[in-house]
Amino acid sequence: MPAPSTLFDKIWDRHIVVPGANGRALLWVDRHFVHEGSHHAFAKLASRGLKLAEPKLTFGVVDHYVPTQGVLSQASADIRRMVRTVEDNAETYGFTCFGHGDPRQGIVHVIGPEQGLTLPGLIINCGDSHTSTHGAFGAIGFGIGATEVAHVLATQTIWQSRPKRMRITFSGRLGPGVSAKDMALNWIAELGADGAQGHAVEYAGSAVRDLSMEGRMTLCNLSIEGGARFGLVAPDETTFDYLRGRPHAPSGDAFRRAVEDWSRLASDGDADFDRDVTLDASDIAPIVTWGTSPEDALPVTAPVPDPERLPQTKRQRARESLDYMGLVPGRPICGTPIDLVFIGSCTNARIEDLRAAAAVLGGRKAKVPGIVSPGSRSVKAQAEQEGLDRVFRAAGLEWVGSGCSMCVGMNGDTVGEGQRCASTTNRNFKGRQGRGARTHLMSPAMVAAAAVTGEITDVRPLLEGRA
Amino acid sequence: MSGWTRHEGLAVALPLENVDTDQLIPARFMSAPRSQGYGSFLLYDLRHRGDGEFFAEFPLNRHPEASVLVSGRNFGCGSSREAAVYALADHGVRVVIAPSFGDIFAANAVNNGLLPARVSEDVVEALMTRLGDDVAETSVDLSAGIIRIAGEDIPLDLEEEKRAKLIDGWDDIDLTRSHAEAITAFADEYRKRTPWAWPAGI
Ligand code: SF4
Repeated sequence: MPAPSTLFDKIWDRHIVVPGANGRALLWVDRHFVHEGSHHAFAKLASRGLKLAEPKLTFGVVDHYVPTQGVLSQASADIRRMVRTVEDNAETYGFTCFGHGDPRQGIVHVIGPEQGLTLPGLIINCGDSHTSTHGAFGAIGFGIGATEVAHVLATQTIWQSRPKRMRITFSGRLGPGVSAKDMALNWIAELGADGAQGHAVEYAGSAVRDLSMEGRMTLCNLSIEGGARFGLVAPDETTFDYLRGRPHAPSGDAFRRAVEDWSRLASDGDADFDRDVTLDASDIAPIVTWGTSPEDALPVTAPVPDPERLPQTKRQRARESLDYMGLVPGRPICGTPIDLVFIGSCTNARIEDLRAAAAVLGGRKAKVPGIVSPGSRSVKAQAEQEGLDRVFRAAGLEWVGSGCSMCVGMNGDTVGEGQRCASTTNRNFKGRQGRGARTHLMSPAMVAAAAVTGEITDVRPLLEGRA
Repeated sequence: MSGWTRHEGLAVALPLENVDTDQLIPARFMSAPRSQGYGSFLLYDLRHRGDGEFFAEFPLNRHPEASVLVSGRNFGCGSSREAAVYALADHGVRVVIAPSFGDIFAANAVNNGLLPARVSEDVVEALMTRLGDDVAETSVDLSAGIIRIAGEDIPLDLEEEKRAKLIDGWDDIDLTRSHAEAITAFADEYRKRTPWAWPAGI
């Protein structure tokens, strides 16, 4: 009998090419995604005259800089150069690229799964911290820096030290109007933005099993905001159903055999975790952030924290955050007026996210401006088929193209200085959405509610009587 | 990258927690080629007013010569952008002392000769009080695992492979290419075992 093992270890062990000292190993990489930001790694490769080890396992995307409004040819020279560099590198090195005119274009963590490139049991790398998203399929997905990107390009392997294992179990069921985003912000608020540092987090429990693939991706996506480089969910029927028929997933007999293999990818009942945390999903309310770290999150029904009542070590940062955010301690967070909304990003721009927002916005008008950027062109097409674009437009929001957009502002979609944005993104860091921008993270339904009322609002009453 | 064993310089306190990568280098600077130098982008929005003028009182503006930063927990959290490390390194920073670091940041740091020195919260707090607005002479000895700062010795908590990499200035690509045969053998065997792991139709 082999010793009981976790899902993470099972995948890790399958990928060891060369074992090293102290849990370090050279691992095989099954999929490597590159984007505009990978230019440093390609420069390194070129300076050493190296080729790609496995062009067929390398995939290019344009998302970070790609314009979501207007055409690329009218964007700034800098943006055009960044987009062109990926596309040129794909030509030069011979890898597939979902370039700017491609109908499959979109945010890397949306299109990997959508195209069936993300599969259970794989190791997936990208020079982007939210690569943890792909763990939703029961894969090891993790973000890497430019030096590591160059290494993977040149060797299709990566040196890594085995992280500690952590399990977060969500028991019970989510209430209406509460989503995977709220689960994630809830645990990060509880454990801190470095709460899972050094760990790979496996999400388990009934509330996780109940999530769709979209929800699981949102949950795994946010792992990094709690300090974990990895987040995973064991694959099950929901996973297999999602993958069936995807362009680059196995098909027919190969699919059946793959499912047989994937079905064994679960932590053994008596496997050891370095940390085990259990949370009750039925206790979770819609969450919003009040500060400048994702850990600064609270139920929408709560008051803005008073720094003087926080532990000594947290006071100074809380004061600074509230000052930056322009909030008054002790006042309810509900009712805080906002200037604009953003629905998009690799966290919450999949079809289900758009449906959740549209369910709130249907037949209503937004009191503030905002943009809706679907996570990919496929998501956009599907949403249009379902008529969701008409709901957003009728509410007064802009329906734009796909890309990272206002999540990071590299393409020029930014939040103005001092402006307050209700956002479905993942980082409320100072200046993330633009210099001096004030970001409140929340779920798509909560952002839609904020749009309708022009202020931070509990979405639940707005959902009453709606499906 | 060349390795190092000893570093001597001045330490300055940056008394902030969660110094994230978006603060270390705002996204708008990241399209620049590295050859241009990233030092001036470091902590740009904390160091400059909206009109580009320096905030004179910001620690790194008062002491631009400092090569050791002492900061709060979760330094370098957030994005995988190695540019955050380039900005520090190009500004002349060799060592960051903090109670904890973002995992990806710490890996990137070591790949660029920057030491992420983990030191307990209490020690960091005492150091910050001691430094105040001033700088202190600091020496770091990687092989002995000791940081001497303002005359006080602090043991360095650093994984062995990070230490070795900093000292040797290793380039993993060369190391890995010496395993080329093992990689080919692995790929062949792995492909037999898990044919589904190769993308269909590519
Ligand atoms: S949407 Fe935001 S978080 Fe996601 S990959 Fe793009 S910039 Fe990064």
